[in-house]
Amino acid sequence: MAVNLGYKEYFKSDALPLMWCAGCGNGIILRAITEALSDLHIPPHQVVISTGIGCWGKADDYMKTHAFHGSHGRALAFGTGIKLGNPDLHVIALMGDGDALAIGGNHFIHAARRNIDITAIISNNFNYGMTGGQYSPTTPLSSSTTTSPAGVAEPGFDVCALSETCGANYVARTTAYHVTQLKRFITAALLKQGFSMVEVINTCPTHFGRRNIPGDTVSMMKYLKDITVSKAGYEKLDEADKEKYLVTGELVNRERPDYLSVYREMNPGGPETDRGEGH
Amino acid sequence: MSRPEGIQLMEGNHACAWGAIDAGARFFAGYPITPSSEIAEVCARELPAYGGIFIQMEDEIGSIAAIIGASLSGKKSFTATSGPGFSLMQENLGVGIYQEVPCVIVDIQRVGPATGLATQPAQADVMQARWGTHGDHSIIALSPATVQEMYYLTIRAFNLSERFRTPVIILGDQVIGQTYENIKLPDPSSLDIIERIKPFVSPEDYFPYQPDKNGVPPMAAYGDRHIVHASSTCHDETGYSNFKTQTNRALLTRLKDKIYNYTDEIVDVEHFGPDHAEVTLISYGASSRVCKYVVGEAEKEGIRVNLLRLISIWPFPDRIVREALGKTGAVVVAEMNQGQLIGEVNRVNATNTPVYLASGIDGALIDPDIIMAAIREALK
Repeated sequence: MAVNLGYKEYFKSDALPLMWCAGCGNGIILRAITEALSDLHIPPHQVVISTGIGCWGKADDYMKTHAFHGSHGRALAFGTGIKLGNPDLHVIALMGDGDALAIGGNHFIHAARRNIDITAIISNNFNYGMTGGQYSPTTPLSSSTTTSPAGVAEPGFDVCALSETCGANYVARTTAYHVTQLKRFITAALLKQGFSMVEVINTCPTHFGRRNIPGDTVSMMKYLKDITVSKAGYEKLDEADKEKYLVTGELVNRERPDYLSVYREMNPGGPETDRGEGH
Repeated sequence: MSRPEGIQLMEGNHACAWGAIDAGARFFAGYPITPSSEIAEVCARELPAYGGIFIQMEDEIGSIAAIIGASLSGKKSFTATSGPGFSLMQENLGVGIYQEVPCVIVDIQRVGPATGLATQPAQADVMQARWGTHGDHSIIALSPATVQEMYYLTIRAFNLSERFRTPVIILGDQVIGQTYENIKLPDPSSLDIIERIKPFVSPEDYFPYQPDKNGVPPMAAYGDRHIVHASSTCHDETGYSNFKTQTNRALLTRLKDKIYNYTDEIVDVEHFGPDHAEVTLISYGASSRVCKYVVGEAEKEGIRVNLLRLISIWPFPDRIVREALGKTGAVVVAEMNQGQLIGEVNRVNATNTPVYLASGIDGALIDPDIIMAAIREALK
């Protein structure tokens, strides 16, 4: 059943202003999600937004769709039950970098491995913004944060490489600066059967940006453009230059069967051969 | 069909799984842990034939998260675990309580803390079931003492969870979970099955956390046109975040009242033995079976002993226990821990009746001699 609704039928305008800091890209991502849902003519009651805890975890309060706001790191685990409880639903898990990859890392790995039909949209601002700018699993090595005043001693995660290795069907990286691409990738992710993941590199002007990126919030947004390069552009770079950039684009787009399709094929009403034993 | 017909020799864990299926459970998420894993195994084998889904999650945190999610999507859902897994579930148990999600958590208790005397029986998760998740909250917990009762209490656990829109815990133990006993599953059509109340207003007028007269909000499912916003953050009747102190007060009060104002509807006990006794045993689960034996043994010695068996543990049956304390010479609380429910017995002891503990912590069914020794101590 398709509907023809503007993005404001998905977005809770009366909850404005957004709680996020001036210059944060979360509002841009939310706009892209609601526009993608509108473009795809998906009725709001067939969508469940599952959020974690953190700045991006507040996004559910701006949605008119069904929503779930649970515990830190578990958006995909709750989302797994939501999806299996009603497979007709579009389940979208919104997680930050710390939420998805530190405390929720195990769920992330296994949701991708199962290839469950959920779309994960990770707002990666390279730190824990809500709690005051501590380092996260994506904070680049040697960056300054409130818990790494001398620099982070750990290398950061490549969430796209992780998603691909684990088995996701669709993996894309873009930034809050690249709004057109952002909406295009989210649209493709929502259409994809199986696990899809869009990593959105985001600014955190209050914490990570203030400590590590020179200039004001506008220059921080431009910085997102400066540190990224397309797949085609990346291939042309000298090897020495490659590690200075993050690659944007559709990095994985494949058609592995999703979890529920495989489960249903294997359990079409109970495996008769195994039944009737063991009582 | 593999649903057991007639009288069957069945394990308690299997009886639990069949009780859940007969109660309408169509989603199970779990993580293997002895001595509860057979519940998962039966669900993996049987649920698809009922149109249900089984999933083995990556851990117990994910397991309880998945059953909460599936319940919000409209499926009766449950999980099963033992002590270490039950500990991991505590944070999300609070999410389920706060979001008012019907679901059942089966804890087949074993000796702890930590890995403990794996995987021998204990009843030492009683207070964790009550207070394991952070923050003020209410909880319902039931304690089966036989395989047949495991079946019926599992059905009752689902009924209570649907009636009150809240997680319900089955506090089993290794003895009940892994003992084989004769059981007869009833005709499913003969069972009273309670379903959650659906909204009776139009989608436009629906607020997912506006309670009915019992304090329980009618419950739409994800996918319904009635939009559901379920939040672990303080929320008003719309379900959306609300940080007003009066909202928090009203929500916490309602969540408590919706259960504690109906304690009598939940409480279930069995009186065993003579009406009046020199010593009254208070016990539950596997320990209570030993108590029944002890009642007979004491009688042979000319000691009049009776038993108050708690079938429901939480909310604690204050009134019934207080009455029992008031009409006996002494009380012996028999439990397989270092003394957990005895604290509740002392709390309601308005008559200053002497209360003794018979504590079984040997990783085995509590020894009748331990209980007899406590009775003799009480009679000194």
